[in-house]
Amino acid sequence: MSYMDGMQRIDKSLMNRVLNLRENYNYEGYTKSDVKRALGMSRVDVEGLRALLSPAAGEFLEEMAARAQSDMKRHFGNGIELFTPLYISNFCDSNCVYCGFSSHNKISRLRLKVDEIKTELESIAKSGLKDVLILTGESAKKRDLSYIGEACKEASKLFSNVGVEIYPLNSDEYAYLHECGVDYVIVFQETYSPEKYAKVHIGGQKMSFAYRFNAQERALMGGMRGVGFAALLGLDDFRKDAFATAIHANFIQQKYPHAEIAISCPRLRPAKNKSEVNAGEVDEKSLFQVICAYRIFLPFANITISTRENAKFRNGIIKVAASKISAGVSVGVGTHLDGVKRGDEQFEIDDTRGVDEIYKDILALNLQPVMSNHIYV
Amino acid sequence: MMDIKDDFLELGGHKFSSRFILGSGKFSLTLLEAAIKDAKAQIVTLALRRVNEGGSENILDFIPKDITILPNTSGARNADEAVRIAKLARELGCGDFVKVECIKDSRYLLPDNYETIKATEKLANLGFIVMPYMYPDLNVARDLVNAGAACVMPLGAPIGTNKGLATREFIKILIDEIELPVIVDAGIGNPAQACEAMQMGCAAVMANTAIATSGDVRAMAKAFALSIEAGRLAYLAGLGEISEAARASSPLSGFLE
Repeated sequence: MSYMDGMQRIDKSLMNRVLNLRENYNYEGYTKSDVKRALGMSRVDVEGLRALLSPAAGEFLEEMAARAQSDMKRHFGNGIELFTPLYISNFCDSNCVYCGFSSHNKISRLRLKVDEIKTELESIAKSGLKDVLILTGESAKKRDLSYIGEACKEASKLFSNVGVEIYPLNSDEYAYLHECGVDYVIVFQETYSPEKYAKVHIGGQKMSFAYRFNAQERALMGGMRGVGFAALLGLDDFRKDAFATAIHANFIQQKYPHAEIAISCPRLRPAKNKSEVNAGEVDEKSLFQVICAYRIFLPFANITISTRENAKFRNGIIKVAASKISAGVSVGVGTHLDGVKRGDEQFEIDDTRGVDEIYKDILALNLQPVMSNHIYV
Repeated sequence: MMDIKDDFLELGGHKFSSRFILGSGKFSLTLLEAAIKDAKAQIVTLALRRVNEGGSENILDFIPKDITILPNTSGARNADEAVRIAKLARELGCGDFVKVECIKDSRYLLPDNYETIKATEKLANLGFIVMPYMYPDLNVARDLVNAGAACVMPLGAPIGTNKGLATREFIKILIDEIELPVIVDAGIGNPAQACEAMQMGCAAVMANTAIATSGDVRAMAKAFALSIEAGRLAYLAGLGEISEAARASSPLSGFLE
């Protein structure tokens, strides 16, 4: 669906480029020798990325892991950044068939008051975390922006790095949030297939594919330092979506060389009243392959692994390719106050370890947990 | 014979007997402390964005008190941001040294020489001992001298690549033309490269990734310390000339004497 009233438009050439490349990605045509050639390149190009995401690369997971690990060490040393998400509201105006927050899903809704947010932030800060990601549902009502801004102001008093994962905004609105202390913006495109996107986003602002696609660019125009990208793997053809995610991030980085690029690797998870939702063919081996391909193609990018995955997988992937991990996570609203859930979760998580436990586990892996890796300037 | 014990690196009026500047960006905290001992480094860099002030593990707690902390401005994309970070570092008690990094390319992390000159001038005027990380360009180095830098820190190769002295020829020009200490920063990937830099006449070498990502951090720190000292000694001794043609040890015209 096209832009709606009030949505800032961005030239569509970059989007068309990504969509055309995705459309023409025929991964079944790649062979073992294509994969070997890609792994032999000092700097893997788009053709190499295609090979690494193909089924043929499934037989080269160990080789891909070795290359990914080497690239990650060169860029990140042995540091693993920690952060936690804070859901401040689960109200949502959009209707997305796979999401627990969907406006048509009957869940317990809650919007924390600013003083409650402050208390939650203080509770999180006690764990030693210095990086927090503020999340809301996709509620596009403009009155929400000042509310989110207030939350971010409070967060920036306690944390060295504050990000948001909220509905897409215009660049002046991102600039406002930047003034409130926000320095990075994450927007999941969910799927880069416009056809599938239209089928699963059936109400609300989120229906506009183009507006969502260009969110990172508007965030950078608004002064943000970093932007994050992701496809929700399992929603459509995961190889094509992973490919599109990586080239989208790459093109944005080329266009805005100062931008710090991050990629998340979410798989579909069951949600309340949506137990049928699952990641389908994206098994752990496939996810591992995708994350390694991301690392090899974009060795400088932060790659985040969320609590959608289990502790064993998360411990394994931070040794190889993921540089940032969430800890002490609750995807419900209001749970950091006293551990009592007040608003329902967006989806089910698979790793319930607390900050201390993850911290110790990272040390046990001979890696260095990094709480602070940012300075707001 | 030259006694290396009388040989000091001078920066902003301070003397250092070690010519090894250790980067701290990619170490585990406990290993950092151990590496400082094995490297015998007297200057250790510190990314201010990594300082977990008030947190459970503050990197400052792992750097011995007799070490000079060299805060860097990593995270700064321009001169104004670098100045702000430097001021924050001073407020945190990190002293007057500052390594200027102005980087607005997140892929290759190459320094922006233009912003670096601006930041150097501002910080030198504020009384900082400014050590600017730069792309090796003679004109820029001259501007940095005029701006009040305490040294120049050209990159040998892009940060973290371990590719060594890819910019060798340009660093040689800086050594020949610039009176200030020339310290190779970034890209040095093994002790042999560090030794070569010192033999060329660099005043010091900075290394991080090569040590942090080695199999044995402490052993590699020691290897670097030894190679830097060997390279310095060789430079002071004066290297033999390289010649295209063979030269007999017994001169052919010797019978004329």
